Amino acid sequence: MADAGAKNILEAVQVRKEFGGLIAVNDVDFVIPQGSIVSLIGPNGAGKTTFFNILTGVYKPTAGGVIFDGAPISGLPPHKVTALGMARTFQNIRLFHNMTALENVLVAMHSRIKGGVWRSIFRTPALKREEQDARERARELLAFSGLPGREDAYAKNLSYGDQRRLEVARALASEPQLLLLDEPSAGMNPEETANFTDFVSKLRAEHDITVLLIEHDMRVVMGISDRVTVLDYGEKIAEGLPKEIQHDERVIEAYLGTAATA
Amino acid sequence: MSGEAGQQAPKASGPRATTSSWRASWRRYRREHKWLRWAIPLAIIVLAFSYPWWGLEGPLSFIFNDGLGIDNDTLFNMSVYVMLALGLNVVVGYAGLLDLGYVAFFALGAYTLGWFGSGLFSTRDIHFLDTNATRLPGIHLSFWAVVILAGAVCAFAGVLIGWPTLRLRGDYLAIVTLGFGEIIPDVFRNGDSIAGHNLTGGVRGVTQLDRPGFGDTLHNATGGILPVRYNSLELRPWFWTILVMMLITIFVNLRLRDSKLGRAWIAVREDEIAASAMGVPLMRTKLWAYAIGAIFGGFAGAVYGSFINGIFPTGFSFQISVIVLVMVIVGGMGNIWGVIAGAMLVSWLNFRGLDKIGEWINGGIPGSGNDIAIAKYKFGIFGGLLVIMMLFRPEGLIPSSRRKAEFAEGEGTATLYDVRT
Repeated sequence: MADAGAKNILEAVQVRKEFGGLIAVNDVDFVIPQGSIVSLIGPNGAGKTTFFNILTGVYKPTAGGVIFDGAPISGLPPHKVTALGMARTFQNIRLFHNMTALENVLVAMHSRIKGGVWRSIFRTPALKREEQDARERARELLAFSGLPGREDAYAKNLSYGDQRRLEVARALASEPQLLLLDEPSAGMNPEETANFTDFVSKLRAEHDITVLLIEHDMRVVMGISDRVTVLDYGEKIAEGLPKEIQHDERVIEAYLGTAATA
Repeated sequence: MSGEAGQQAPKASGPRATTSSWRASWRRYRREHKWLRWAIPLAIIVLAFSYPWWGLEGPLSFIFNDGLGIDNDTLFNMSVYVMLALGLNVVVGYAGLLDLGYVAFFALGAYTLGWFGSGLFSTRDIHFLDTNATRLPGIHLSFWAVVILAGAVCAFAGVLIGWPTLRLRGDYLAIVTLGFGEIIPDVFRNGDSIAGHNLTGGVRGVTQLDRPGFGDTLHNATGGILPVRYNSLELRPWFWTILVMMLITIFVNLRLRDSKLGRAWIAVREDEIAASAMGVPLMRTKLWAYAIGAIFGGFAGAVYGSFINGIFPTGFSFQISVIVLVMVIVGGMGNIWGVIAGAMLVSWLNFRGLDKIGEWINGGIPGSGNDIAIAKYKFGIFGGLLVIMMLFRPEGLIPSSRRKAEFAEGEGTATLYDVRT
């Protein structure tokens, strides 16, 4: 285990989610140490995205709880979770397609800027300054994420790779402590994937952000993760260092099937 | 609300290319000449305010004015509808909440004037800066206070109604708002004996409403420019008043569009789940849209009620909700200038244009018998207009660039390769 003494930024305790008779997440215990990169892997339908949605407040767990930065967050709506410092991207890109790249990033600053209806109508000097700062920061973030000069392009007119970058830039705009990436390298070619892996490492190094990653590309997972957790049929079947996971019997079984059934 | 509404009109490359290059050069010209930024709006405002001098007589008079007096002052009605359309634009155009009961707020605004600016509660005797000639029985607050009060009452009602209903999405919200738009006029119709109190005047409505005015002090202080109280013979102050209110509406619309709240509205319209994951509180954002839309509806209702000097439950029908929505859609949802153009066009047709067109047809076509009442086919004509719009220009007359992008599906989405890497 990496950094045994470090503080945990997130702890999920016996989290369970049922949809009718289906148990999507079955009593999963899970921790993310501060400053680490943790990967969540598992075959399709293992409950990874459901687990993500529980952490970010989209779903309320049937049982169990989530503690973020020392405070319980299960049951809070997504916008409050975001305000506390958790941001996410989506597996199937969910940008605001008819907004520009800059506007997409600005929306994500919602919980970080004051705004105010009256101040907006009268456009007070304080508000003007705040807006200017926000735009400036948004531009910096776009440049940092590899989208310099694309501020005014509509999100839907960006290439696939750029849309992925914009999703990350947007998530970063909410100033998260913990960033949740849902299959960020899906659909990327090997070179883009390598760039992306570097980018995630840079995020941690420069912005001091903890990362939770859902990923199918094993090169990414094994390359950057400090720890790997494996889900299968909603249950945690393994947890440990990337090297340990690679040789775990149950993981191989989950991905490839047992010798008997094969 | 998404972009799959019908087929695009085939795009002829030739003429389109020339218009867009014309537009591009105009845009460049506008960028290079900063003074145009305020000169153009100023010119339009001056033109609008001076209308009574150049428009009531001469070649343009036939468009608006028919000289028949107060109920027929087309321009005033048009301005009221521009305000309504701008209010609904916040709800439908910005936040993407389909509201089919917007008339409720129009009605509530008018009835607020009935409560605080008429003799409805004749046993009371409350006066505050009112400008009536004599001390009338009833509650009479200053007209301007009543207008603000109407906005506040409508905002409150908007939040009250929005609280349970805005959790619904799409079609369900539309149906609930439709019901609400039907219920409110019914409540006013039957409100003449609620627990023994006459609160709304029932089917007879409320008449003899207070008129706007500035009182003797301000009248004298400005050398007689500001009238003591408006009357039904001199319509110009009414027109200027509604113009000022319209300008305030436009101003607030513009400022909010470019604010944090405006961005949140569009984000919610685009993708609720992503918006909330980015920290946008859905309920609060939608409630703001609803409340602000309601406020403008309330303002318009109070002024309109005073102008026609009578409020009747039958005057606030579902048709008004629909026609305001048509204005927003025809003009270009989400774009203020488009919505204004749409509201002016449709309300002109509604109040004056169809009659005029009917006259021309009856007068111009021999053997037509001079009796085709075009105005009777009004809703058929509006329906046809809407269908034609949806087929050939679904983004509206003057769409926002965002809306235009939305309907230009497939033009930029399929980038096959990443040019920059």
